[in-house]
Amino acid sequence: MNSAFINELSTIVGPQYLLTDRESLAVYGYDSTPELESLPGAVLLPGSKEEVAAIMTLCHGAGICVTPRGSGTNLSGGSLSEGGVVVQTSRLNRILEVDEENLTATVEPGVVTSALHREVESRGLFYPPDPGSMNISTMGGNVAENSGGLRGLKYGVTANYIMGLETVLADGNILRTGGKVVKDVAGYNINPLLVSSEGTLGFFTGITVKLIPKPQGKITMLAHFPVLENAALAVSAIIAAKIIPATLEFLDKVTIRCVEDYAHVGLPLDVDAVLLIEVDGHPVVIAEEAAAVAAICSKHHCSFFQTAKDAGEALKLATARRTALSALARLKPTTILEDATVPRSCIAAMLQVIQDAASKYRLTIGTFGHAGDGNLHPTCLTDERDHDEIARAHAAFEEIFDAAIAMGGTITGEHGVGLAKKKYLPRLVGECGIRTMRGIKHAFDPTGILNPGKVF
Amino acid sequence: MDYVKLINCMRCGMCLPTCPTYKETFLETASPRGRVALLKKMHDGDLDQSERLLEFLSLCLDCQACASACPCGVNAGELVAEFTCERKTAHGLSFLEQQILHNLVPHPDRLEHSLAPLRLYQRSGLQKLVRTLGVLKMFPKPLERMEGLLPTLPPRPLRREISEVTPAIGTERGTVGFFLGCVMSLIFSDASRATITLLSALGYRVITPRHQVCCGAPHMLSGDLAGLKDAAHHNIDIFGEYPVDFIVTDCGGCGAELKKYRHHLEDDPTAARFSAQIRDISQLLALHGEELRTKMTELPLKVTYHDPCHIAHCQGIRTEPRELLKMIPGISYRELDCADSCCGSAGTYNIAHTDMSDLILSRKLDSIRASGAELVVTSNPGCLLQLKKGLAEQLPDVRLMHLTEVLAQSLATNQ
Repeated sequence: MNSAFINELSTIVGPQYLLTDRESLAVYGYDSTPELESLPGAVLLPGSKEEVAAIMTLCHGAGICVTPRGSGTNLSGGSLSEGGVVVQTSRLNRILEVDEENLTATVEPGVVTSALHREVESRGLFYPPDPGSMNISTMGGNVAENSGGLRGLKYGVTANYIMGLETVLADGNILRTGGKVVKDVAGYNINPLLVSSEGTLGFFTGITVKLIPKPQGKITMLAHFPVLENAALAVSAIIAAKIIPATLEFLDKVTIRCVEDYAHVGLPLDVDAVLLIEVDGHPVVIAEEAAAVAAICSKHHCSFFQTAKDAGEALKLATARRTALSALARLKPTTILEDATVPRSCIAAMLQVIQDAASKYRLTIGTFGHAGDGNLHPTCLTDERDHDEIARAHAAFEEIFDAAIAMGGTITGEHGVGLAKKKYLPRLVGECGIRTMRGIKHAFDPTGILNPGKVF
Repeated sequence: MDYVKLINCMRCGMCLPTCPTYKETFLETASPRGRVALLKKMHDGDLDQSERLLEFLSLCLDCQACASACPCGVNAGELVAEFTCERKTAHGLSFLEQQILHNLVPHPDRLEHSLAPLRLYQRSGLQKLVRTLGVLKMFPKPLERMEGLLPTLPPRPLRREISEVTPAIGTERGTVGFFLGCVMSLIFSDASRATITLLSALGYRVITPRHQVCCGAPHMLSGDLAGLKDAAHHNIDIFGEYPVDFIVTDCGGCGAELKKYRHHLEDDPTAARFSAQIRDISQLLALHGEELRTKMTELPLKVTYHDPCHIAHCQGIRTEPRELLKMIPGISYRELDCADSCCGSAGTYNIAHTDMSDLILSRKLDSIRASGAELVVTSNPGCLLQLKKGLAEQLPDVRLMHLTEVLAQSLATNQ
């Protein structure tokens, strides 16, 4: 990156929004992914889509790589750049419109997910995707990674809510796809390609999402299971009973112990699994559903079942799940959080695979996550200074990913491939899959300047 | 610095939305996660201790909101403060710092005399002294900007006014020691007087040892660990002379520091005992909430509460002040948006980083405006000074009181 190029960048965004000093670059060399670090050549904070387009045009001409970045909460190294330009979306943070007639919201990419939640919920509307990092993650990042969250089972993931996108392409042109209409079959359906493209196909500058009416009520329940198998059977039975809970979360024995040690919430240490279940919707319907869930859990030999009487109690019941990551992360310096995902019916088998891998490789792995949609978070507690243990952790995860693929699942349910899982993608999608993806990448970004080295 | 504390950060970013300086800048270098990374890179030798790096770190308010949000228990604010302290210790104190920290702050009499000229009039030659004294959270702005902003000083510091022992009213329930913070005594003596009134009304005999000294927080900020330890030993010894059930303070900053004596003097068992006795006034009052309620009369006011960082983040006290306020009959309590976000006072921060401090204050004033409150209540002298300035400039109709003042007022109407 020569000084003439840097000067041109500075002219586009203004000198105060261009960072090139050593110290700043050093702290833009990471995101939330453990172990991975890089060193970008410059960081930009543009204030308009015109500036984004000008940056792309300039970089395209100069052959300089561009990596979009929101708040840097990526868990697969997707926002790292080695020597390229990092473009942070924080200043593009306006909620442009909430259209109550068409039930849509249009936002800039730097809007924080929970800020959108607050805005639409104040109008009785609902944007369901709720990734764990929603208080800091941005909508642009959520679209690029197709973020999930706790409500995925009933409400789906980010992709299910994207109606329209405005995307700056690699050459600086602006592509508009979709819009506010529910039905639209004019030409190729490009939105789903852009969602989960991990910054490799374009830079989002406008996002139109679908909204739904906010559920009128919610009932929170907690169940303890002395036998893991019974918890898994209860999950299957709830779904088989045609009940789709908004939340169906799971904690395993290791996590339960850590949570109890840390937060003293009164979890018994002799249970194998805890389920946190929430049903939402019309008050009459959810009352019936809650009763049915209670009956199912009891039939599957839960040792404890509680239904929250009010919001305060609901919050208390959810404490164990909410503190799961904190409780685990505090035990050791390095926390490797994975998101292998399997068909819901394979949860018990997957948990067994994780436990076997943990004991085979002498690791502490706590597992919690979204039992309802098969998206588990096996969390390995380790220490980056212990190279032997880190190597064993990677070996264990390799087995876990292979098992997930064998079960018809996937190597990543919601964190993305990025740099961290590149190695495993061919095993999942095969040579034909990689070739097809490369073809798509080439169509959008023939010179390969957008977030290079990610995905494949 | 303990390296494990640096690598405990898993860079999840949960701290970012809580950090006042990140909210204003969106810069990673101005975020807790970024600060921990800078410290780690410096430790690893990847970055030099450059002026720019020190400037980035100095932007930290040490409000510790990040610590409240961190899943891994990392306290970026404290780590930066620790680094700054170690660095200053290595560099030694300047002549002026030595004069102030060794010859002024540990001697309440001299400290009080030093403010006498202020009481008469402010002289321009005092500016440098004042700036350094700002670590006592007394002065929110450089002198020339604060003329007229400084609250009217009480005619005499409270320490000189009150007797060492204030008897309990009615049946004596117990004895508490009162740690009277320097700034509370010198500037907010009405609030501390209210504290004593409340305690004695609840049946406590209140002992305010005349020879107590500054808690040591200014020494810590200046890297004067020896001075800090001297202050700690002195206060532990002084309070040790009295048989007290608790030691109460109505200054959030002092409370946070006093609770840390056990860490400052790790090998001294009396320090652990002393720290265990420390209570923020709201903690003790909340124990007797029901009794207090029966003594209260109506105060028809729309009230909100601003959490001082030293109380909410450093001591984890959030519910007690709110419970106490809601207890007052006739009060309409309104929760402040981002109530536990720093007001921008932060010791000398509002002098060293005036622009950033003003931005942070202005965000706080916006949420006060939106709450519709007629009265803002808080319980730390730094916040009181900062908010007083902000309210006077932007919301002159909104009043400001220390928690104990409003509670005592509700009692007073009763009597």
